[in-house]
Amino acid sequence: MIWQNWLLIMIMLSSLVPGLIIFSLGESRHGLRTSLNLFGAITKMVLVLVMILGIHQGHSFAVHLALLPGLELVLRADPLSALFVTLSSILWLFTTIYAIAYLEDSPNRSHFFGYFSLCVTVTIGIALAGNLLTFLFFFEMLTLSTYPLVVHRGTAEAMAAGRVYLIYTLSGGLLLFLGVVWLHNLVGPVDFCMGGQLAPLVESHGKTLFMIYYLLIAGVGVKAALVPLHGWLPRAMVAPAPVSALLHAVAVVKAGAFGIIRIVLDVYGLDTAGELGLLFPLMLLATVTIIYGSIYALRQDNLKHRLAFSTVSQVSYIALGISIGNPLAIMGGMVHLVHQGLMKITLFFCAGNIAETLGVHDISRMNGVGRRLPLTMAAFTLAAIGMIGLPPMAGFVSKWYLGLGALAQGQGWLIGILVLSSLLNAAYFLPILYGAWFKEQEAEWPDDSGMTGPLECHWMLVVPPIITAVISLLVGLLANSNLSPLAWVRFIVSAGYGL
Amino acid sequence: MMGLLLKNDCWLIWPFVLPLFGALLSFLFKQRPRLPGLIVALLTTLSSGVLAWKLVRHGVGRYDLGGWQPPLGISLRGDGPAVLMVLMTAVTGLAISIYAGGYFRSRIAKVEDERRHIIQERFFWPLWLLLWGALNGLFLSADIFNMYITLELVALSSVGLTVLSGKPASQVAGMRYLLVSILGSLSFLLGVGFLYKAFGSLDLATIQAALSFSPPVAMAMALISVGLLLKSALFPFHFWLPPAHANALAPVSAILSGLVVKGSWYLFFRFWLGFLPLIGDGGNAVMAALGGAAIIWGAFQAFSQQRLKMLVAYSTVAQIGYLFIIFPLTGAGAGPAASAVFYFAISHSCAKAAMFLAAGTIFLQMGHDRIRDLAGVRQLLPITSFAFALGGLSLMGLPPSGGFIAKYMYLSMAVSQDRWWLVLLIVIGSGLTAAYIFRAVSHILSPKMVHGQGQVVVAPCMEWSALALALVAILLGFIAPLPLALLGVTG
Repeated sequence: MIWQNWLLIMIMLSSLVPGLIIFSLGESRHGLRTSLNLFGAITKMVLVLVMILGIHQGHSFAVHLALLPGLELVLRADPLSALFVTLSSILWLFTTIYAIAYLEDSPNRSHFFGYFSLCVTVTIGIALAGNLLTFLFFFEMLTLSTYPLVVHRGTAEAMAAGRVYLIYTLSGGLLLFLGVVWLHNLVGPVDFCMGGQLAPLVESHGKTLFMIYYLLIAGVGVKAALVPLHGWLPRAMVAPAPVSALLHAVAVVKAGAFGIIRIVLDVYGLDTAGELGLLFPLMLLATVTIIYGSIYALRQDNLKHRLAFSTVSQVSYIALGISIGNPLAIMGGMVHLVHQGLMKITLFFCAGNIAETLGVHDISRMNGVGRRLPLTMAAFTLAAIGMIGLPPMAGFVSKWYLGLGALAQGQGWLIGILVLSSLLNAAYFLPILYGAWFKEQEAEWPDDSGMTGPLECHWMLVVPPIITAVISLLVGLLANSNLSPLAWVRFIVSAGYGL
Repeated sequence: MMGLLLKNDCWLIWPFVLPLFGALLSFLFKQRPRLPGLIVALLTTLSSGVLAWKLVRHGVGRYDLGGWQPPLGISLRGDGPAVLMVLMTAVTGLAISIYAGGYFRSRIAKVEDERRHIIQERFFWPLWLLLWGALNGLFLSADIFNMYITLELVALSSVGLTVLSGKPASQVAGMRYLLVSILGSLSFLLGVGFLYKAFGSLDLATIQAALSFSPPVAMAMALISVGLLLKSALFPFHFWLPPAHANALAPVSAILSGLVVKGSWYLFFRFWLGFLPLIGDGGNAVMAALGGAAIIWGAFQAFSQQRLKMLVAYSTVAQIGYLFIIFPLTGAGAGPAASAVFYFAISHSCAKAAMFLAAGTIFLQMGHDRIRDLAGVRQLLPITSFAFALGGLSLMGLPPSGGFIAKYMYLSMAVSQDRWWLVLLIVIGSGLTAAYIFRAVSHILSPKMVHGQGQVVVAPCMEWSALALALVAILLGFIAPLPLALLGVTG
């Protein structure tokens, strides 16, 4: 049917077209810009819903465009891409609402929202990429569309952070590019499919595959912020809060983690990767990153920096789950793609609210914030508890499956890592919660906007974190229902590995 | 009559003759050279398009001017590479012509010394159209003496264009350019003489078919190569290029960087492919080494420039290197290598011309092009800023752009032939390119707001023509099979 071919393109266009129009709008056209943004975001959600229903009914969606003879750009919707697309489009809607209020009265908004839409379009492209070349294509575009957002404030600090960001991501892009070209040279275009297609080459080209693997993983590892490639992430925190939210939960870091999933599961395949001995080093790397990120998070007093290092740590759960190589652990890793996104975006929304409304950036000055901003801090608390992984929150579900998988795979020591990481998470989140709720306010807020009333600040700043926090609670509570991300992940994994 | 005009191969002469005719016309209409100039530019572009279409439909065409057969007559031959270059010149040239119209109008309106600008425009159109015709003639030439003539025409008209701006810096640069050009042409002519003596023919195909090694042939090869390398500004012969390109008028910079260097490179490529059996790997390695040096050196120089147009000019020095590192990769068949390098050439032509046009617009608006003082350009000239950034995107070889496709083809070939040092070079080169492009773009697209900048003085068509060219460079990232199919028509 023809609509199936158009659906994917429509999903891309639903943010691209508003973005391009917004670029050309004058600075003062707030109303039109806001309508376009929301129209695009909602249209995309509806289209994604249609797509998911279609996939569920067994339709397949794919679009091809020949870039070079024998080399195609392919968009294809498989269950894994549906997972990422859904996450991105839902969180994009909330981030857009949040950003509209957050940037109220600040300059350069048409610029900002133009790139914002571009960035989401590209992320959707990454999610829908049906082969390695398409993934590379959009992955590189992501660098370019996020750079203007990182430097949006235009301060010397922002420009410096932008430079660091570019150096890291463009170098990573070059490594990825080289890896892709090399792999193409070996086997021709590489389609994503469960189990990969490299098994016949293990005997003859083992060493080459080994090197290509590290090129690819280093390429995506920069964006996934694997230690030691994470240096750009804390510095990029100078960007406005919605951008941090986007970077951490929707686009960049997620794209990197998603890339790891694709490369290990769909390019190499678990068996091939295991045979080549590629999983254990990734597991070690992920473990180191988890612990390193947590320890560094403990040492930050700036709230956004603490959250940034927390991302470094949390995103590596995804890589960890994949590298354990057991269906249960893969479920844990994949579902954390969604869970971490929901929780982390809530935390960044809240951090943005605290900074915007009170001018508070440091944790040491957050005492008593809970009384001043109860709704924001409630959302923050839910998300933080989820991050720590207390049952029945979303983070617990991820860790539970990671643990089960590790045990089934005979890697019991990983349970120790998970527990240690949870303790560290608790160590850097609980003091914030304790200070905010139970300590007395010590000094005047540095820059109190003075908004009171039923809502503590603009409703568009308060509602998104509350909704995402509630969703992150629900996906944990209702993990066993048919509509939860966990159920969808079970569907993905059981198709490939038979649970 | 019409039947004769439309006869298949007759179409070969129009992209060559029309601009020459236009040059004459715009010189005669010296009060209003712009109108005939623009009309002829449009017609030339159309005829180039028709030529490409004819090539795809009917295969390679050959036309002997005046019906004289070789070796006496001048004959034109339109095969895939030639027509692709003609088409590239047409697309870039049309955008530059439209830009030039607005450029001179804005300058005449803006600056007090109006008469100087009127005279500049009066000479710009004839020279530019002459250059266009000569370039098309160069691409379509089948015999080597004809190549010499067109090469000389290209050189003289581009020197004339270089010195048009009247600034002392451009006079000095133009003089140096003239000397280098004449030296190069002479060397080429001597080589042609040797070849004619050795083979008794001027037809390149005939010569290449009969080629065998002898001292005169070696001499000819050396002379022709050195002459063309001088004109192509391959490192270390690049010294004349940056001041000449950077100090010229904006449309002229775009013409020189986007088109003119491709002319002598194109001849070099055709000669060199023919000579390959005699030269072997040593010569190819030398070319690649020089190309590599150009890439690294040009990028470092570009990065350390303070002026935008100098940065773009040094970027040309670096990018020319890519046109020459292809030679070691011709080992596994010239076809794929030709695809890669020609795709690189056409992408670079559009992207670089767009960047020079944008830089010229910025210069005209701001009155300077100091990179560190360019914050605020984005507010005043959003379209121009995007055009510059998009051109840079293609130069960096990031998707989606023609540069990405070309880089993919280069890397793919280097990997498949196990040329790991070339792989390394391309990867490092991309990184360096990104460094200098972002140095400029981060200022041009700077989010800093600057207040009280005054009115926009540049004509809208200047902004849009640069953007259109940049968008062509982006579009080349999606339609690669089409130009490559055109390129593949040979025989």
